[in-house]
Amino acid sequence: MADKKDDGKTYWLERPGSIDKIFWTLCGLCALLFLTDAVYEKHPHYAVEYWFGFYAIFGFIAFFGLVLLGAQLRKILMRKEDYYD
Amino acid sequence: MIEAVPPGLILIVGALVVPFLRGHLRAAFMLALPVLGFWQLLQITPGIYGEAQFLDYTLVLFRVDQLSLVFGYVFFIAVLLSVIYSLHITDTVQQVAGLAYAGAAIGAVFSGDLISLFIFWELTAITSVFLIWASRTERSYKVGIRYLVIQVGSGVLLLTGAVLIIGETGNVTFGQIGLDSLGGKFILASFGIKAAFPFLHNWLQDSYPESTPTGTVFLSAFTTKLAIYALARGYAGTEMLIWVGATMTAFPVFFAVIENNLRRVLAYSLNNQLGFMVVGIGIGTELSLNGTAAHAFAHIIYKALLFMSMGAVLHRVGTTKASELGGLYKSMPWTTGFCIIGAASISGFPLLSGFISKAMILTAAADGGYWITWSVLLFASAGVMEHSGIKIPFFAFFAHDNGHRVREAPFNMLVAMAIASALCIYLGINPATLYAILPFPVDYAPYTFAHVITSLQLLVFAALAFAVLMRYGWYPDEKPSTNLDTDWIYRRLIPGVVSRFLASLAEARNELRRWRSALATYLLGRVFHYHGPRGILARTWAISGAALWVMVLLGGYLLVYYL
Repeated sequence: MADKKDDGKTYWLERPGSIDKIFWTLCGLCALLFLTDAVYEKHPHYAVEYWFGFYAIFGFIAFFGLVLLGAQLRKILMRKEDYYD
Repeated sequence: MIEAVPPGLILIVGALVVPFLRGHLRAAFMLALPVLGFWQLLQITPGIYGEAQFLDYTLVLFRVDQLSLVFGYVFFIAVLLSVIYSLHITDTVQQVAGLAYAGAAIGAVFSGDLISLFIFWELTAITSVFLIWASRTERSYKVGIRYLVIQVGSGVLLLTGAVLIIGETGNVTFGQIGLDSLGGKFILASFGIKAAFPFLHNWLQDSYPESTPTGTVFLSAFTTKLAIYALARGYAGTEMLIWVGATMTAFPVFFAVIENNLRRVLAYSLNNQLGFMVVGIGIGTELSLNGTAAHAFAHIIYKALLFMSMGAVLHRVGTTKASELGGLYKSMPWTTGFCIIGAASISGFPLLSGFISKAMILTAAADGGYWITWSVLLFASAGVMEHSGIKIPFFAFFAHDNGHRVREAPFNMLVAMAIASALCIYLGINPATLYAILPFPVDYAPYTFAHVITSLQLLVFAALAFAVLMRYGWYPDEKPSTNLDTDWIYRRLIPGVVSRFLASLAEARNELRRWRSALATYLLGRVFHYHGPRGILARTWAISGAALWVMVLLGGYLLVYYL
């Protein structure tokens, strides 16, 4: 399928362990952001925003949930590619 | 002098001149048009221009105020970006259609009365369909027809509403309309179609992905944002729009997750972004309307950027199906970079344009006490991160390498993407530039510590959720597929019902024919029975019998005579 040969270069992303490095860096960043919640004064509109790390938890759950729910939606909505043809 | 020219007319007239120019001259001319138009807007003083009496009504040639100016500015920027992006093409149809379409949309934005609005409204439909047909495939032809029917239908609703309102009030001015009158309801339906309200939305996902790589960039900017402008002008503070808008932000998210064609994912994403703007209009406060205008401005640029990056992929690889892409960062590094800027911008990362505009609408929702709407918008923000922030760049440029080794996008495409990226960053860093041109004075500071941290928390944890889903193989595979949406109703259900009805009609006709021929056969049979060679009336009679009958008759006659 290759339109042109690779120039023999190994990309950083393709080295073993690189994906792990990204994953754990992301985890570290998340931990840091989560803890930042302790250091500033909140001026929220709603009480939930007082929860420690509310936005972090909301972001994670919303994303996780919508992907899994979307996957279920396929059972109802997915048809063959040439369905309308 | 230039002040008396209706904005947009420069593009429409320019579009008509384009076919007579060739080569570099044509390119230079097309580039000059949006620059000239933008310059004209900068010269113009807000006010009402060219009032004319027609019958008993006062028509306004065009009206310039803060709201129309914001949309006017960004429309011209979008034209410039689209023209640069499409400089490599030589298809005159697309060039003329693109410019005329943009000119019509700008004309509509500056329309002072409902009649001019209607004329420009229909003109956008008629010109833009050529950008879809420009793909020159059987498929795009059919899509174009569907698109045209729906768009022109929207115009018919607008005209109906306008006639009702003018008949009732005698006023043709396009101002606040509201839902009190029947005409107002018609016009809302008309705007709702173009703004892709839930259940009226599917023309968008149906048609935009079928246009050419360059055509979609044009399309993404104008029609829907014209509708947003029109809603902001006519229906600000209409509470129903809050719910409509909130629904619009949420449901496309799920469709975007499972869609395989990345340009269609962007169309769902566009729908979701419009939802934020519609919510802002529904809330109707100064902050929320500013938010809508600011978000439309920022959105047009980063959405064009995203469509440009996918257009570049389509141009080089020949497909934007996620299941057939991957690993393109190796051969299209610049496009990858620009796409990531657009993706981060739409997601609302700090220092980029989405951050400074979307937050105004969320804050306005919270200020107004619409806590359900606020939570839906927050959910939708995570959704934007999913489909536009991660899915688009990840599956096109990273994911599993599908082995495509192509050239980087053409230079003019890269220049257009670079300018759009620069604008995303510029607006993110200098929100004051954008805030200065909004309809109302802005008292909003996006860069507070709390706002930056909470946004980052939401987005980075959403990214973490993606990383976890990928790491453990829970993320649904990209599969070649068609997903049913409301277009199923008019592409399958109604044609199905109609063809079944026609089939049963044909069946009934056949049945009737069968009866008719059976009846004819029966009647002929009877006639044959009596008159046929062996029929009772055709028998040969013996002379004696006939003489006897004649005698009986004569005898009977004699008897009657004497009686």
